Amino acid sequence: MSGVRVLVGTRKGAFVLTSDGKREKWDVSGPHLGGWEIYHLKGSPVDPNRLYASQSSGWFGQQIQRSNDGGKTWEPVGNKFVYDGIPGTHQWYDGTPHPWEFKRVWHLEPSLNDPDTVYAGVEDAALFRTTDGGQTWEELSGLRGHGSGPHWTPGAGGMCLHTILIDPSRPDRMYIAISAAGAFRTDNAGKTWQPINRGLKSQHIPDPTAEVGHCVHRIAMHKSRPGVLFMQKHWDVMRSDNAGESWEEVSGNLPSDFGFPIDVHAHEPETIYVVPIKSDSEHYPPEGKLRVYRSRTGGNEWEALTKGLPQRDCYVNVLRDAMAVDSLDKCGIYFGTTGGQVYASADAGDSWAPIVRDLPAVVSVEVQTLP
Amino acid sequence: MIRVELPAHLRTLARVNGEVTLDVKGQATQRSVLDALEARYPVLRGAIRDHVTQQRRPFLRFFACQEDLSHESPDTPLPDQVACGKEPLLIIGAIAGG
Repeated sequence: MSGVRVLVGTRKGAFVLTSDGKREKWDVSGPHLGGWEIYHLKGSPVDPNRLYASQSSGWFGQQIQRSNDGGKTWEPVGNKFVYDGIPGTHQWYDGTPHPWEFKRVWHLEPSLNDPDTVYAGVEDAALFRTTDGGQTWEELSGLRGHGSGPHWTPGAGGMCLHTILIDPSRPDRMYIAISAAGAFRTDNAGKTWQPINRGLKSQHIPDPTAEVGHCVHRIAMHKSRPGVLFMQKHWDVMRSDNAGESWEEVSGNLPSDFGFPIDVHAHEPETIYVVPIKSDSEHYPPEGKLRVYRSRTGGNEWEALTKGLPQRDCYVNVLRDAMAVDSLDKCGIYFGTTGGQVYASADAGDSWAPIVRDLPAVVSVEVQTLP
Repeated sequence: MIRVELPAHLRTLARVNGEVTLDVKGQATQRSVLDALEARYPVLRGAIRDHVTQQRRPFLRFFACQEDLSHESPDTPLPDQVACGKEPLLIIGAIAGG
């Protein structure tokens, strides 16, 4: 019987939540790597028991952990992330030049066809890759070599490369996103990159339509239509139908178009999900009501999904990497909150129930659909 | 024989219990002790000193014999009591909440 494994990264460790295909009863395992911040953990699409985790600490720096048994046991692998060449400077919050400094790995994206190849998005923003299962990491420096780096600035969470999407139909094409620089695309496996931010408008930069400087929070795609992208920006929900060449706003009737995660239904490429947050300084749901919004039209027309979610006195946040979907039928949707709850819907968002309520603040959620 | 006491999270990472004892060639300094420590436990590379600059991570301190050695040169000889194994070199995580 099929099942799901939910991988949860929190401020104080990793948790592995498992269930059968009904997704009603859950086993909770953890904390793994307790006491450390687990910004992200994710499994290989070709070897689901091969997991990678980003483990970090303000005291002890960065570690990468690898599991070969679906998260039961872990072993540390390489943690040396060194920028290629002279790192140079980006803009600091006040606009002055600030040297590039490695702080942590935000996101790990395993290759679609090789369990030993993984991409890592890091703060200060850069893209690294391992081809030996995490033992060694090299920067794909063509991204920072684009030349716009001196105009990139950190968002409130730091200058992080947080989104990595690999086009399943064109393996040399990848998309990444950086707060606050914007979205970039490579068509040659990371050698060179181009910014893909036409159509974005951001009032926090001198030219609101500049080529770079936009605080993109998250991008999502459906694997059957990799040229169609959906974006949750600092403000505004956007879509692109031409691989990022241009974007149009699809915020429509959302109560707030500020938010962090965005995801796509596993079987319906025009069905997308966001979690509106009140504002850039009020990181909690409008009116204290935790609502996932679903659009079945690829944006613009949104419906609130509330059944099973707290509809009063709720002031948690849902961070950018903390939403995921499984590929069962019906599609399961999962998200975690800064209050430590992980909610699951086994009916594409129509109804929700907490898997756990009292974890440390949740930073990331990934889901594996198991045979 | 040099004795080194690690913070709990680094003991977990290195999979050791209690103090670590090291044979250090030549004079016992912060650098020579940390070199020996990292050679024995490669997983600690980058967790105490920066991979490239070899600077002490900012939220870690080095204490021994009731003294703070954190700001000593890495090549300054450690106190005799540490060098002869009567006292441990303490690697301490800053008490900074979390």
